[in-house]
Amino acid sequence: MTEPSGGARPEGTAPTERAPLPVRTTTPAYDLLRGVWRENPVLVQLLGLCPALAVTNTVANSLAMGLATFFVLLGSSLLVSSLKRLIPSEVRIAAYILIIATFVTIADLVLAAVVPDIHKALGAFIALIVVNCMILGRQEAFASKRPVGRALLDAVGTGTGFLIAMLMMGAFRELLGNGSLLGYSVFGPSFEPWIIMILPPGGFLTLGFILLWFGWWRGRKAAETPRVRRWPHGVASRRAA
Amino acid sequence: MNGQLFWILISAMLVNNFTLHLFLGLCPFMGVSARVSTALRMGAANIFVLTITSVVASFLNAFVLPYAPYLRLISFIVVIASLVQIVEITIKKVSPGLFRELGIYLPLITTNCAILGLAIFQTNRSYGLWEGLAFAIGAGLGLTLALVLMASIRERAELADVPALARGMGLVLIIAGSLSLAFMGFAGLGAP
Repeated sequence: MTEPSGGARPEGTAPTERAPLPVRTTTPAYDLLRGVWRENPVLVQLLGLCPALAVTNTVANSLAMGLATFFVLLGSSLLVSSLKRLIPSEVRIAAYILIIATFVTIADLVLAAVVPDIHKALGAFIALIVVNCMILGRQEAFASKRPVGRALLDAVGTGTGFLIAMLMMGAFRELLGNGSLLGYSVFGPSFEPWIIMILPPGGFLTLGFILLWFGWWRGRKAAETPRVRRWPHGVASRRAA
Repeated sequence: MNGQLFWILISAMLVNNFTLHLFLGLCPFMGVSARVSTALRMGAANIFVLTITSVVASFLNAFVLPYAPYLRLISFIVVIASLVQIVEITIKKVSPGLFRELGIYLPLITTNCAILGLAIFQTNRSYGLWEGLAFAIGAGLGLTLALVLMASIRERAELADVPALARGMGLVLIIAGSLSLAFMGFAGLGAP
């Protein structure tokens, strides 16, 4: 067996003898918060688009999908990070996918038992969490190289970011496409629903407009503050421009 | 029988287009749709892997999974991943030229939701071997069609006078939305 991914080190080693980390040194707060907004998996990195577009036609579906993905991400990050020294690097992707698939099976069975209606509405897309590139990406880029605690923080942050993006999409689409939020009517009976928003094209258009708004907002902020924005502890942002 | 197979193919290709209607295989749709030539190659690789996957999924459904239904997802993903690996190694040995052209896309396909999605949909609809094959080829053609359409529009859009704000993924998504809207016109086609 070859030595898995270079810079991994156990939690307890003294700071003087630790191996250089493969990624830039980060603080726990940075690891936690990065995924929530600054590197939001859906809105910034455009990962995990398949569920983000397919099941966000109502808030309830978005919430269930977001929570299921959160659980899978947390579980697999914990396991991958704990097992990082045992997984040979040649077969690491296959091992990660197996771990993810196990957690997805758990989530699938739990959802079917607890909320059968939503499980039916989400259909095949629960099983498709396995191939959500966001989850595999976090394992490969982060959990397989860092201590367990950091991997969990990162999973919580990224999972929350995913959940926020899902809820944003879901609220927008349900509000316009059905005139309701979580099933409760908002605009009253005189509102003519934009059916298109809960149909497939609505998913593309919603995310497209959210991204356009993001671009406009960032451009405006960059124009206001032309200096390089700094994240706590001096990690310069690469995305400032 | 043949008529039904034909409708399965048409339905998977146009009416329930994998990319534009079911949102499967969006990563390549966004990632490699900048040029028509790469889009065509990606489409070809997809048709190839989809067809093999369909055959394997029928086999698993018929002989293995009745005994262990909870292993469905895990066995699908493991079989697909190893299959793509085998295909990659074979192509590398047999035809290095083709490997250079498809090389980057083949491993990408493993984590493409379209492939696993095909296996799952095929199981949910209890398609047999031939129905599954028609479904896979239809789905592959549909993916290719969507990719090529998208790439052609993006090649045009590069020369167009698009506001700086809209350049990038926002524009791609809105184009995809319009394409999806256009494909909704196929809804109700045939309906066997």
